[in-house]
Amino acid sequence: MDFVLSKEHEMLRKMYREFAETEVKPLAEEIDEEERFPMETVEKMAKLGMMGIYFPQQYGGAGADVLAYAMAVEELAKVCGTTAVIVSAHTSLCCAPIFEHGTEEQKMKYLPKLCKGEWIGAFGLTEPGAGTDAQGQQTTAVLDEAGENWILNGSKCFITNGNVANVFVVIAVTGKTTDKKGRPMKEISAFIVEGTDPGFSQGKHEKKMGIRGSSTCDLIFEDCVIPKDRLLGKKGEGFKIAMKTLDGGRIGIASQALGLGEGAVEEAIKYTKERVQFGKRISQFQNTQFQLADMHTKMQAAQFLVYSAALKKMEHAKNPKVSYSMDAAMAKLFAAEAASDVTRRAVQLFGGYGYTREYPVERMMRDAKITEIYEGTSEVQRMVIASNLGVK
Amino acid sequence: MSEFKNTVLEDFKNVWVFCEQRQGVLMPTDFELISEGRKLADELGVKLCGLLLGDKVEHLAKDLAGYGADEIIVCEHPLLKDYTTDAYAKVICDTVVEMKPEALLVGATNIGRDLAPRCAARLHTGLCADCTHLDVEMSTYKDFLRENSTLPEARIENVGTAMVLGKPHDVSKDLKMTRPAFGGHLMASIICPRFRPCMATVRPGVLKKAPFDQARADAVVITKPEVKLCECELKTKVLEVVKESRKLVDLTGAEVIVSVGRGISKDVEGGIKLAHELADVLGGVVGSSRACVDSGWITADHQVGQTGKTVRPRIYIALGISGAIQHKAGMSDSECIIAVNKNDSAPIFEVADYGIVGDLFKVVPLMIEEFKAAIANK
Amino acid sequence: MKIIVCVKQVPDTSGKVAVNPDGTLDRASMLTIINPDDKNAIEAALKLKDETGCRVTAVTMGPPPAEGMLRELIAMGCDDAVLISGREFGGSDTFATSQIIAAGINAIGLEEDDIVFCGRQAIDGDTAQVGPQIAEKLDIPQISYAADIKVEGKKVTVKRMLEDGYMTVETQTPCLITCIKELNEPRYMSVAGIVGAYSKPMDVMDYPRLKDDPLIEVDTIGLAGSPTNILTSFTPPQKGAGMMLEGADKATCEQLAGILVKKHII
Repeated sequence: MDFVLSKEHEMLRKMYREFAETEVKPLAEEIDEEERFPMETVEKMAKLGMMGIYFPQQYGGAGADVLAYAMAVEELAKVCGTTAVIVSAHTSLCCAPIFEHGTEEQKMKYLPKLCKGEWIGAFGLTEPGAGTDAQGQQTTAVLDEAGENWILNGSKCFITNGNVANVFVVIAVTGKTTDKKGRPMKEISAFIVEGTDPGFSQGKHEKKMGIRGSSTCDLIFEDCVIPKDRLLGKKGEGFKIAMKTLDGGRIGIASQALGLGEGAVEEAIKYTKERVQFGKRISQFQNTQFQLADMHTKMQAAQFLVYSAALKKMEHAKNPKVSYSMDAAMAKLFAAEAASDVTRRAVQLFGGYGYTREYPVERMMRDAKITEIYEGTSEVQRMVIASNLGVK
Repeated sequence: MSEFKNTVLEDFKNVWVFCEQRQGVLMPTDFELISEGRKLADELGVKLCGLLLGDKVEHLAKDLAGYGADEIIVCEHPLLKDYTTDAYAKVICDTVVEMKPEALLVGATNIGRDLAPRCAARLHTGLCADCTHLDVEMSTYKDFLRENSTLPEARIENVGTAMVLGKPHDVSKDLKMTRPAFGGHLMASIICPRFRPCMATVRPGVLKKAPFDQARADAVVITKPEVKLCECELKTKVLEVVKESRKLVDLTGAEVIVSVGRGISKDVEGGIKLAHELADVLGGVVGSSRACVDSGWITADHQVGQTGKTVRPRIYIALGISGAIQHKAGMSDSECIIAVNKNDSAPIFEVADYGIVGDLFKVVPLMIEEFKAAIANK
Repeated sequence: MKIIVCVKQVPDTSGKVAVNPDGTLDRASMLTIINPDDKNAIEAALKLKDETGCRVTAVTMGPPPAEGMLRELIAMGCDDAVLISGREFGGSDTFATSQIIAAGINAIGLEEDDIVFCGRQAIDGDTAQVGPQIAEKLDIPQISYAADIKVEGKKVTVKRMLEDGYMTVETQTPCLITCIKELNEPRYMSVAGIVGAYSKPMDVMDYPRLKDDPLIEVDTIGLAGSPTNILTSFTPPQKGAGMMLEGADKATCEQLAGILVKKHII
């Protein structure tokens, strides 16, 4: 067990932090207010290799590791939840499944452009009728008569990066099968869809409570035709791919939650040292001190869980028998709930000013809530953890 | 340079001031240095000489002498018309080697700070950069320390020797060059005990200019040493010299910021105009509080504070700004804060070094007038 | 062509500056950063590398922990780095420092088409002297306060800033250029650069490595080789509580102007 970061990781943190402070923080308020996707930030991050942090350099990645990626999302989220989730969804939900399940041709076709930020990636699993219940998929993919193309029909909703992405990993029903006990169930497969594919379109921008600069929309497939080599992994592996992708994605979202909470603690420490009431800095009141002590402790615990999940995923890459599913679920469950609690307490410490948009903590509080919901609600994380514990 | 033994200190006499001219016009700092040099030369009991380089610049000698120089050494050559490091360094070093001054002061302008280190390295001597105070006389130096340091009296009394190469050295005849370091958080007095000439660049605008003395100007002695300069020795060539007034620097880099707040509401345009006038007098830029930006009176790039820029200029003048915590967060580290506000309990006064309770529309025009006068009389 | 960039690790004076009771800087309690102007010098070099593919070497003189800074410069894009470090070099003023760094550059080898870049000045000492003094020791031309640099073959054209404008100056390689903030916007380290930062070469030059250079003599380096000595170092008096001036008329403004002049504020 090693709690000391390597020199490279320390240097990465410093770089992420400088970048976040200088390039991301000044835009955070504006993109939230205007619900504007910060494309200029994506271009800057792409130059620095932040759109493909842990993929090998042969695929255009930066050649770092999953921990380096988690730290990037964390540092971005300290100042802007939106920017953090752009990187998280792109990396974990699109690059990762292509890297982990794609053929060499698919990897060479998509990863260099994705890792270099020329393309943005997204992931389509959730449907209006299939949220937490991923088996409820309605979108279908049927091989045409010539056996050359898949034809997709249906729609996906709440897709992060939806309106800006060029490449989508999409889950669809390809037939019927039976489970281990012989009960009938849907056969699900994963596909790579490009934004320019015929019959594919994006729906309207979803107005949200938080992470308002991120693009969230529906994906619509109306006889969408894609070549047969866009099948990702084997036919029928879609559910497994989706679940594994979400395991990885949860590390990204956990990192986002971690950063949001830590950012709120930093803001609260700064503010309470400046703000004077009853002739004292409010940091001199014991309530403030205890609140901040609790808040920081929670986030520190969250950091351990998140980093440990990232290290587990790295271990998994070397030895597939090591599962990081429960670690990712615990990290996301704890970090998300901690972030919601800590950002809410930060607003309280700021008082009336905290409720205004003059200070970033109200935005952090709105941004934090989603981390308890997307890529599996906290309830789903508990199900995953319980099932890993064999509690049935 | 074999015969030039710069460690034989007694061979060196007189205080020199390098007098910088650009396109035949003397720099204001020349007069400050000549005035200060006069004081030092008197304390050492030697002559003060101005060192003037250029092409056809002899006529400037009288101006310099009028502020206190006994003698002006004029080095004229067509290749000295525009400043180049090569030509100026060569002529200065040649002249120093020949005439052996004990101290050489140079204005810390962009040119002075290019030239002086090159010369000091060639002459193998010490150079103190960007000094703000100079002394020879021990009693005045100690008085200076009493007023401008936190050193205890006992320490100040004991200043008098320095350890040089492991031996105590009496500094009473040394030029003591004081300069800020670490952005002014620390000050240091530097000496150059073993080599001559002792060199310093001096920050422009800090030392006091003496009154002009026509009798001195008329009595000027001009020395014109032979200038040996060949184009073949020059490795740099000036293609053009362009004069341009300083463009507005952004707030974070500004030395002086005059900010306006809600207090300008009764005449927004007039208030901003006043701020600009005051900023111009001090060579600064205009900033604002959030209120002015939100009201659309001024563009957002002017905003200082929590959601705007964090600044730490040398002078921050807050006009009609109440001083909400968000504003103070962005400016309270400024070196000198001056606040004008109608409300005597405005929180801005808590961080202000100087506060005036009054209507900015009445106070600022007076301030502009007085600042202008004060700067002109310096 | 190769570019040698001289950099310095300095205490971060942008935050609070910690001072010991004896008036010296409490370096241990302060964070260190790459001197800001030096970052502009690095960026200028890396831009030329982007254009021409030239090699960029970062050089610093300092204690062994300065390696961390050099690794960061490699992560920004420098090809390699040199750390000049030795007890014998301690206590050097700008004169002695330039002797040592010039000897280090000699050891790297300065060729006909090479350029040395420095930052204008370091935020700890603010002397702006080491750059020009290195140029003198290397006997190469210098151009300071560069706000624009063009390199065509051996010809180097620089926009050199003055207080009241600028001059355009031309020189030949090898030369030394000191860079200012206005020159460029330094880049960030890249993720890939950081991943490889510790596998790139870093040369440590100590006293035995440099001692045969004619610039390195007992009386030209370190404290003994420094022509200047510090007589006293002290902190200026603390800023007192604010002062509310009486009235708001001409006399008040005159009084204010008088105080500001006396305190050298205006």
